[in-house]
Amino acid sequence: MPDRRFEADVRVEASLAVVVLTGDIDREAESGLAEAYVASGEVGVILLDFSAVGYINSTGIALIVRFLADGRRDRREIRACGLSPHYAEIFELTRLSDYMRIFDDAASATAPAGETTGGRA
Amino acid sequence: MALIGSLRRSLRREPPTPAPQAVADAQRPTKPTLEAGPQVDIAAADPLLAYLQSAPGPVVLASLELDSPAVRDLREAGIALVVPLVSQGELIGTLNLGPRLSEQEYSTDDRRLLASLATQAAPAVRVAELVQERAGEIQARERLEQEMRVATLIQQQFLPHELPNLPDWQVAAYYGPARAVGGDFYDFIELPDGRIGIVVGDVTDKGVPAALIMARTQSVLRGEAPRLMSPGAVLQRANEILLPEMPARMFVTCLYLVLEPSTGRVVYANAGHLPPYVRTVDGVVELRATGMPLGLLPGMAYEEKEATIDPRQSVLLYSDGVVEAHGPEGEMFGFPRLRELMAHELPSSELLNHLLEELHEFVGRSWDQEDDITLVALERTGGGDFALLSEPDPAGAEAADRRLLLSLSLPGEPGNERTAMNRVAEAVAPLGLETARLERLKTAVSEAAMNAIEYGSQNDPTIPVEVAAWVAGADLVVSITDRGLSGPIPDAEQPNLEAKLAGEQKPRGWGLFLIKNMVDAMEVVTEGTAQTVILTLHLKGVDDAGPQV
Repeated sequence: MPDRRFEADVRVEASLAVVVLTGDIDREAESGLAEAYVASGEVGVILLDFSAVGYINSTGIALIVRFLADGRRDRREIRACGLSPHYAEIFELTRLSDYMRIFDDAASATAPAGETTGGRA
Repeated sequence: MALIGSLRRSLRREPPTPAPQAVADAQRPTKPTLEAGPQVDIAAADPLLAYLQSAPGPVVLASLELDSPAVRDLREAGIALVVPLVSQGELIGTLNLGPRLSEQEYSTDDRRLLASLATQAAPAVRVAELVQERAGEIQARERLEQEMRVATLIQQQFLPHELPNLPDWQVAAYYGPARAVGGDFYDFIELPDGRIGIVVGDVTDKGVPAALIMARTQSVLRGEAPRLMSPGAVLQRANEILLPEMPARMFVTCLYLVLEPSTGRVVYANAGHLPPYVRTVDGVVELRATGMPLGLLPGMAYEEKEATIDPRQSVLLYSDGVVEAHGPEGEMFGFPRLRELMAHELPSSELLNHLLEELHEFVGRSWDQEDDITLVALERTGGGDFALLSEPDPAGAEAADRRLLLSLSLPGEPGNERTAMNRVAEAVAPLGLETARLERLKTAVSEAAMNAIEYGSQNDPTIPVEVAAWVAGADLVVSITDRGLSGPIPDAEQPNLEAKLAGEQKPRGWGLFLIKNMVDAMEVVTEGTAQTVILTLHLKGVDDAGPQV
C-alpha cells in the first residue's frame, strides 16, 4: 500500500514560496498545512504544488479554504499547480479556482510574468 | 483498602538513633542526611487507626497507652512521633518520625508545626490519590475500548460481504452488533452440488474471546460443510473439533440449514440454537431439531430433519438478541411477538425492515442494545431476486434486472471512508466507467461514508455503516446506510465561499455539496432511525460533461 501520510515541503525563493504537498489532504493534514503557511515566511506568493497528492476530501478542501483565507488576510497570493483533472474539476466546482490561479505545473506557475504558459489561470 | 494502601506508602521514618559516626557528623554543623525508614504494615482492625482518626494532633508513641500490635511494631521500628493525615474525616496516612537528631523531645512548637503541616498535606495527598485512581480507570477503559475495536473488526471480517444470488429466492440479512460486542454470526456456504448452506450462530460471552470463537467456528463450518454435506454430520464434526479448543464456560449455539433452491427442500440440524420460523398458508411453524450446543460435550449426535419451502413461503433465522430485547419497563420482546410479526406476508427485505421497526418501537429511543441481533430471511418467490436491507423498495419491474455488485458492513471508524471508496471502486471495475466518472463516484462514496461515520455512527467502531452497490437497469446505484445517531441528513446547499474566506463561517461544510455534484442523482431515504444516501450514476447515454456547477 502506498504511503499516504501528508507532508509539506516548503522552499522559499526570493518573493515566492513553493509548498510541495505529498500524500492525502484530509483531517491528518491540518497541522502540516498550517505549519507550511507559517514556514512560507512573508513572501508575496505561495505556490501549492499538488503533483504528489493522491486524495483530497471535503475536510482537505476546508483546510485549503483556511490556507486561502490566511493568505487573503495577509495579502498574499496563493497559486496552485499539479492538480489531477478530477481535483481541478473540484477546485472549479467549489470555486476555489476563483481565488487562486491554477497552473499545470510548477514551472509555469513560477515563470516570470508574461512567460506563463500552459496554465488554466 | 485505600486506607491501608495510603498508610503503607506513608509509614516510613527518618533513621532512629543515629550511629555513633552519624551522631558525630550531626554534631558538626553539617546537613543531616534523610532516608526512608522501614515499612510498617498496620492491620485494618488495629485500634491505632481509630485512635489516629480522632487524635487532635501528633501522637507521642512513648506516652501512648493502647493495646495495639501496630504501636509495638512502630516503637520497634524506632518511630517516636506519629502525625495523622486526615482529610474529610478519613485517615488517609501518617507521617512517622524517629527521635529528633538532637535527642531532645519534640517540643510543643514542633508538634504544632507538624499538625499544621499535616492539615495542609492531607488534602494534597488525597487529591494525588484520586488523580492516580482516575488515571488507572481511564487506562482500564481505554484497554476495554481497544478490545472492543479488535472484536468488532474480527466480527466484521468474517461476516458475508455479499448475499447469495439464488434464482426464485429472495434473501435478506441484518446484523446489528450490540455495543458490548457479542459473538453472533451468519454465513452462506456454497456447496458443490448447487445447494447452499445457511448458518446462524451465537457464541456465549462477549468481546475478543467471543469474536475469536465465532471466527474459528465459522472457519470450521466452512471447511467441513462442502466435504460432509449432511447438516447433522457437519455439526457433529464441528463439535469434535471445537470441544478441545473451547475455553471454559463458553459454547456456541448454531443452526445449520441446507437449501436446494430449485425444489425448496431444506435439510437442517440444530446445535441448541433457536428454531427458525416458517410462514406457511396455515400459519407460522417452527423447524425443530434436537442437538446440544457446540463445544460443550463430546460424542454428540445431531438430529437431522427435512422440510420443503413452497412458493410464497418464508423462513426466518434469528438470534436471541431479538426476542430477549427489553422494553423501557423491562418486559421482553418475546417469541409470541416475533411469531406474530413473521405471520405478515411481506417480501424478505420488507419483513426485516418491519421487524426492526417494530423492535425499535418496542425498545424505545433510549435503548441500550444488550446483545447482537442477527436476522436472515429467505422467501421463495416466483421470479429470482435478492434484496439488501438498505436498498430502496425493490418491488416492481425494476427488481428483475438488478445485479448486486457489493454489500459490506464497515465499523463506524474514521478512515473507513477510504475502505468504502476503494471497495466500491473494485466492485464497479467490470462496468468500465470512464476515469472521470469513476473518480467522481469515488469522491461521492468517500464523502457519504465519511458523513455516515462521523454523524451516523459518531465515530464509534461498534456502530457499523453499510455500503451496497448494484446495477439497476441502466443505472449504477450505491447506497450508504448509517444509524442516524445525529438526526436527519440536511439538504445539500451551495457553500458560501466568500463568507468562509472572510472568516464569517467555518471553512468546513463541503461534503454534501460535493456528493450532490459528483453523481447524477442523490437521494436520502429514512427507514426508522437508519438513513441511507443513495447515489445514482447513469451508465448509458451519458457524455462526460462533468458536474453542473
